[in-house]
This record gives sequence, structure tokens and C-alpha cells, in this order.
Amino acid sequence: MNGPYFLSLLVFSPLLGILLLAFTPKTQERTMKWLGFLSTLPSLILSLFAFFQYLRGYRLEHLAEKRDWIRFADFPFLTESTFVVRYELNIDGLSLVMIVLASLLAALAAIASIHIKKEWKGYFMLFLLLEIGMLGVFAAGNMVLFFIFLEVTLVAMFFLIGKWGGFARERAAYSYLLYNGVGSAILLIVIAVLFARAGTSNMELLKEMLHNPAARAQLIAPIPDGLRLSLFIALLIAFGIKLPIVPFHRWILRVHVQAPPAVVMLHAGVLLKIGAYGLIRFGIGLFPDQFRDFSFLIAILGIVNLLYGAFLAFIQDDFKMVLAYSSVSHMGIVLIGLGALNEAGMQGAIFQTVSHGFISALLFLLVGILYERTNTTELDRLGGLAKAMPLTAGSLLAGAMASLGLPGMSGFVSEFTAFFGLFQTAPIVAAIGTLGIIMTAVYLLRAVLNMTFGASKSGAAQALDMSVTEAVPVFVLLALIIMVGVYPRILAEPLQAAIKMMMNGLGA
Amino acid sequence: MSMHTLLRYEWGVMTPEFIIIGTALILSLVDLLMPDDKDRRPLAWIAFVGVAIAFVATIGLIPAETTSILHDTFRLDAFGKAFKLLLLAGGALSLLLAFDYRPKEGLKHRGEFSYLMLCALLGAMIVTSSGDLITLFVGLELLSISSYILVGLRKTSVQANEAALKYVINGGISTAMTLFGMSYIFGLTGTTNIKEIAVEAQKLTDGEYQYILALAFLLLFVGLAFKISTVPFHMWTPDVYQGAPTPVTAFLSVVSKTAGFAIVLRLLITIFAAAPARGKDTSSMLLSMQDYIAFLAGATMIVGNIVALKQRSMKRLLAYSSIAHAGYVLVGFAAMSWVMIDSIWFYLLAYLLMNFGAFAILQRMSDEADSDDISRFAGLYQRSPLLAVAMGVFLLSLAGIPGTAGFIAKWNIFLGALMTEPGHYVLAAVMIATTVISYVYYFGIFVQIFFRPAAETSSLRLPIGLTLIVVVCALGTLLFGVVPGLAYHFLGQFEHFGDFLQ
Repeated sequence: MNGPYFLSLLVFSPLLGILLLAFTPKTQERTMKWLGFLSTLPSLILSLFAFFQYLRGYRLEHLAEKRDWIRFADFPFLTESTFVVRYELNIDGLSLVMIVLASLLAALAAIASIHIKKEWKGYFMLFLLLEIGMLGVFAAGNMVLFFIFLEVTLVAMFFLIGKWGGFARERAAYSYLLYNGVGSAILLIVIAVLFARAGTSNMELLKEMLHNPAARAQLIAPIPDGLRLSLFIALLIAFGIKLPIVPFHRWILRVHVQAPPAVVMLHAGVLLKIGAYGLIRFGIGLFPDQFRDFSFLIAILGIVNLLYGAFLAFIQDDFKMVLAYSSVSHMGIVLIGLGALNEAGMQGAIFQTVSHGFISALLFLLVGILYERTNTTELDRLGGLAKAMPLTAGSLLAGAMASLGLPGMSGFVSEFTAFFGLFQTAPIVAAIGTLGIIMTAVYLLRAVLNMTFGASKSGAAQALDMSVTEAVPVFVLLALIIMVGVYPRILAEPLQAAIKMMMNGLGA
Repeated sequence: MSMHTLLRYEWGVMTPEFIIIGTALILSLVDLLMPDDKDRRPLAWIAFVGVAIAFVATIGLIPAETTSILHDTFRLDAFGKAFKLLLLAGGALSLLLAFDYRPKEGLKHRGEFSYLMLCALLGAMIVTSSGDLITLFVGLELLSISSYILVGLRKTSVQANEAALKYVINGGISTAMTLFGMSYIFGLTGTTNIKEIAVEAQKLTDGEYQYILALAFLLLFVGLAFKISTVPFHMWTPDVYQGAPTPVTAFLSVVSKTAGFAIVLRLLITIFAAAPARGKDTSSMLLSMQDYIAFLAGATMIVGNIVALKQRSMKRLLAYSSIAHAGYVLVGFAAMSWVMIDSIWFYLLAYLLMNFGAFAILQRMSDEADSDDISRFAGLYQRSPLLAVAMGVFLLSLAGIPGTAGFIAKWNIFLGALMTEPGHYVLAAVMIATTVISYVYYFGIFVQIFFRPAAETSSLRLPIGLTLIVVVCALGTLLFGVVPGLAYHFLGQFEHFGDFLQ
């Protein structure tokens, strides 16, 4: 555990799988699926190991890695460490939780990938590349590294959607590429401005330089308040596209519908969370003053997301679209929590990212299982699943319950905490927001009851229930959802320190 | 000038140039004396070896002190050495392309291919080292005229003839503008030596003269825009790139462009950096012209990237992409930060690697059917996964995705634009926005390669020369993308071109 290579190993272990896959003959379908799944295990084991060690009091600072990498400008009048980008990985409670989420969902999504029909080799190579990108994003210790890993996910996703997606896959891939390309580009501007003017992209150093008047002298060029404000707004837009915040949400609809369900598990479960993670890490971490000024707006944006998503989810005919809008709606709760600007809200926001990660992964897992058998996800053509596929229908119902925030499941804890936070700071807004919770119940029940009960429709009549391989990830996810719902301390404890630190930064 | 003074010069500093001249001479004689029915492809190998030796000789010259010979008309300084290495590398790769160039109708003038390319390369090298307007112009014309012939080398092709004609006419106009600008400079300062001009230009405190000098600046810059194919002299690029034989296209897009940037930097910085002006910065004409350069850079990026969206022909697409890339490099120039020359050099290095790689694969794909439509790439992944992945690396690098040299290069330029005080935010924003636009067409090629089914299923074999290029370029693109420190370390020897203005 003390090895300084621990995090590198965690992040890059899927690389081994990629190499092995490269030398596997094209036709060995079973071998490749096994390889794909097994290659996700090392990261999972390592991250769980770190997680439980952390719960037992291990200090994560010991895991930090720092190696020399690139020095961009080597001028005699600059100090040794200026314009240096180091290979820095380090984690705190928040990133550890996200890493566990990512590696767990990656392993489960790898199991769900048994439904992939063609070119398994390329699929699993890209899938593992995507996993490296996701893990790296959360482990990165500086902004440049964060960006690089983010772009890895972008490229991998483009191919995964465009090659293995549904009917309109190429369009979906493009829309993913462009929206996220714009988001990344804006993020890159922020990173470059900070790097060019502060000479570093290390998070800790940047924090120090931006807020400690004594360290300000080290800046290469000044970063005045006006510039900070623009940078913060740019960050808000960049991560607003990835989260997504409402006017920027069109791309996730296409991705949710067109991408293969196993990939959507990761997309909805982890990739959307990078937006939330980025907002917390960079938005709050680097620009707490601006974040405080904008907190009300962020809460409002959250409410808009919540209501808009919920309303549109209600009128969809395709279950995938319902879930897509449900993602938009649930991300609103993250924003609400962040906008509350207090400890409860922050905790609720982070809980919601994790909880929605599990729930959306579960629901898309089930979508994959359904689609495999019925070839449709349209609500009108599904019905009576409870008779033909009792297990699937039951899990679907359970997932929907978790999503609408039934007490005892993870959705309840996170929504409750987030709203609890907002009620303390902006009660009226929060009161309006609670409407969203009711609407969530309405649209989810409408969709799920339509599918499970009623007369059997053509698609579902003779369908077989889920197999053991399919059932394993379903029950793992259900167990996790209930565990977080019943015993939220398992999340609250590792997050405590990280949240404390952020609240200190916000001066609250 | 007596024999004695002639012999006293340190001719050693011109070794690379002499090697190129020698090889070109030998090749032209061999070509002349060779029976007509003999295959002339090996000539390209000889030329390649010559360029390789010149490359080694240039590396050998790196420790040499800054020297100037022939009454300061030929300067060997860090700038010249660094850029010559790029030019020679580009020349060598073009010759490898030429070796494996197999147009459908056959190529009658294969011998000319090799030695004309050497002549063009020689012109480019002289340009980077010249300390006098006269030598500079001679080098420029040597490069241009050789290129005109090279473009029209496929005599029976209508497209090639059209391309050559367009190239000559556009080139003529731009040369005229450059000369016109030079004539003003000569009129104002009374000398053709660049450094003396710089000294004289500093004395021009009269507003009238400054006005004329500013005019000369713009004329020079616009005239030279032809070589680097930036707005307003970019229109020739797609037609010429499409009509010219692929090796020549690659040569124009990399070597000729690199030489163009070398002149722009050498001439404009030396002459105008310290000349007084009336604009926003009265102490430096160059700084007061920053906005105009920035405007042209922005326009170039926008035009290049937007028009590229509509292209079906790969060569035209790469032509517009090369316009866009020239725009990015101009951002580095317009920003005028202290990393300017370093970042431009690195960009041109990355550009050399990724562009040659892409052209090598394009040449293989288009030669077999005499078509460079983008659909030629359909199903490349099925036909040859390795080649598809290599092309993927080049395209990702051109698009500026992390992990490739293209990203680091763009990042350098970008940083330069933001490092200065005040930062060039608008320019940086345009650069990044157009980069996102460029994703559309670069990833459009990915769609063909990876998503579309193959029209033909025959497996692809890559000839030896092209294989060499693809391997070297792909490894280089990845290497400099992951450990750019290697290039920086190498660049460190030149000490940030501190002897540039001495």
C-alpha cells in the first residue's frame, strides 16, 4: 500500500488488458469477453482496498505520486518549477469515492457487454481505454493531467458510440464529440490561462497562489478579479455541458438512446459525474468567492434542470428517453445541493452523484437486458413484463423506486440531504424544487408500471428472464443502492474530510 | 574579390548546402546519361542518402559558433541550424514519398523529381540562413521555381497543368508584392543587408517614413503569406495540392511552409523589432503591427477550418487543414511572447511528422485508384488495422488530441498567446474554437476508416519507403506527444535563439 506506484497501477492496470486483447485472435469471442471483464478487476480490487483502508484511518496523502514530466519553457529567468507539468496523481476522500464508483461500474458494465454483437476486440480495447480515462480524471493531481484523461474518455466514447451504437449512432457520436469538444475547449482555455499566468497547473499550488496574498508574488502575470470571474463562468459552462445543465443537454439524449446500454451505464454512471466533480474540484476549489456569488444562480439552474427534466421525462414514449431526461433531472439535484452552499447541501450533491451513478447504471443494465430480448424500449410495445420476466420487472421496479427517492434506498438519502441543505439557505426555491420530486415519482411510475403490468404486448410475451450472468450485476447494484440507503455512513465517512475542506475554502 | 579572400571564408558552415548541391548535380548528370528505358526510381534513394548526409552534417554544425560569411549574406546561427534540420527532415521524407509514387499513367520524369526537389530544398535552406535581402530573394525564387516545375510534373494530367499554372501566377503576384515591399525598405535604408537595415530603420523617427515602413511591412507580410498559405494568399493551396503529385503536395505543405515561416520570422523580426512606429507601441513597428497579424491569423484559422468541412477530396481537405495549421502557427507569431520561436519550431516539427504520415497513407490509398475521395478510406480498419491505427494517430495529432505531438505543439502556441501581458484572449479563443470545428472533418475521416464497410476487401501492402515514413512519423508523433521533453532538450542547445538579433 505504501508503494508510490499504487495510483498509477490503479489507473493504468486496464492497459494490460488492452495489450492482451491486441494479441488475441479476432474470432475468439469468449476469450475476449472474459479478458475484457477480468482486466477491469485489478482497478476494482485496488480501489476497494484503498477505500477500506481509508475507512480504517489510512492517510491518503501517502499515496500521492509525483514525477517529473514536461517542462514547457526553460528560461534562465524562470525558477526551476515554473511551467512544469508533473505527472502527479493524488486522491482525497471525494476522488476515492468517485474512483470506487468508476471501477465498480466499469466491471459491471464489462459484464453487461456480453450483449455486444460484433468486433469485440476493438470494443473491449476502447472500453478499457475509457476506463483508464475515467480513473485518471479522478486521480489527476493537476489540471493538465485532468484534461488529458478527459480527452481520452472523449475519443474512446466517440468510437464506442459511433461503432457499436444503435441506428443513428454516427449522429450521436458526432453530437457527443462536438458538445464535449466545446466543453473541453472552454476548460482548456481556463487551464491554459491559469497555467500561463501562474506557471503551474497543480491544484494545491494554484489554490495557494490564487488566495494567499503572500504566494501571489510567484505569479508570472496577474490574475485580477475580472479575469477570475470570467474563468469561473467559463468553468461553469465547460462543466455545465458535461453535467449537463439544461440549455446544453441535447447531446446526452442522443447518447443515452443510441449508445450500447453497457456504455451508457458508464456514461450516465460516471462520465456525467465528471461534470459535477469538476465543478466541485475546480469551481469551488479554485474560485470559492465567485462560487459563493453564483450559488443562488446555481441553485436556480438546478431547479430548472430538475423540473424541466422531470416534465419532459413524463411525455416520452421511449424508456431510454425517459431515463435520459431523468438523468438531466437528477443532475439538477447535484446543482441544488452545490447551490445550497452549506455542508448538508454539499454532502447531498456528492451523495447524489454516487447514488445516481448506481441507479442509472442499474436501469440501463436492465434496458440492455430488455432490449436484447424484445428489440424495443418503446413503452407502447412493452407490457406485462411482470408475467414473462418477473426478475427483470421486479428489479426495474426497485430501480425506479430508488430513483424516485424511496426511503431506505440511496436516492432518498441524497435528495433529502440536498434539499435539507437548500431549505436552510433558500427555502422558497427549495419549496418549488420539491415539486420536482413529485414529478419524478409520476414519470417513473408511469413508465415502469406501463412496462411491468398490463397485457403482454408482442415483444415481451415469450421473453426469457435474465440469466445468471445478467443477474449478478443487477443484484450487486441493487445491494449497493440499498446499502447506501440504509447505511449512508459508508459514504459520509470518507467524504467528511473533503467536504470540511471545501467548506473551509468557501468560508462557511 | 580576390581568390585569397574567397578562400579565407569559413566555407565549412555551408557544408549541408554543398552536399545538397553536389547530390543534385550528380543526379542531373546521371539522369542525363542514363538510357531512357532504365528505371529512375533508385535516383530518389541516392537523393535521400544525400539529404541524410546533409542532415548529419547540420547536426555536426550545431556546436559551431554563430558565423557569417560572404559579407554577411550567409549566416549560420541557431535559428538557421534549427530550421534547416526541419527542412532536411522534410526533404528526406518527401524523397521517400517520391520513391514510392506510382501514378496510374506512370511517371515519365522521375529523374527530375529527385533533383528538382533537392534544388527546392536548397532554396529553402538558403532562405533560413540568409543575412541579406538579395540572397534571401534568390533562395526564395530557387524554392519557388523548382516547386512550380514539380507541381506540373505530371504533364499529361489536366489537373496538374491547372495547378502548375495557378501556382505560377499566384506565386508571381506574391513575389512581386514581396519585392515591392523590399524596394521600399531599400529606398528607406539604402542597404540590402538585413542587420544594417535594422540599424537604419531605428533612425526613422519621421512620421512620413514610418508610414512607408509600415506599408513595406504589410507588403512583405502579405507577399510572404503565399509561401505559408495564410489569408489573403491561401486560395492557391487547395487547387495546387490537389493537382500536384502527392510527394510534391507533402513537400509544399511542410518544407515550403517551414521555409516560409523561417523567412517571416527572420525578416520581420530582425528588421522591424526595434523600428520606431506610430501605432500602439511606438518603440517597435513589429509590436504595433501585432493586431494586423493577429487578425490575419484569426482569419486564416477560420477560413481554413470552415471550408475544410465541405471537402470530399482528401488532398483538398489536407490543403485546408494546412491553411488552418498555418493559422495556428501565426498565432504564435502574433502573440510575440518569449517562447515564440521555440513554440513555432516545435509546432512545425509536430506538423512535419503528422502531415507526412497522413500524406504517406493518402498516397498509398489514392494511387491505386487515381482518386483521393474520402471514401477511399472506407473500411481501412478492416483492410489493414495497423495502417488504420497509424492514420488514427496522425489525425488525432492534427486535431490536437492529448497524447500526440499535435497537442503539445498547440498547447505551446496557446500558452504563448496567454502568457503575455495583456493576454491575447480573443485570438486564443478563436484558436480553440476553430480546433473544435476541425474535429468535425478529422473525425469524419475516422468515420470512414472505422465505421464504414470497405468497398474492396483486398489487403493493403505498403511499399518500403512509405512503411518507413509511416513508422517514423507515427512513433515520432506519439513520442513527442508523451515525452516532449526530448524535443525541448534538443531545442535547449539553441539557447532560445538568443543570437538571432546579434
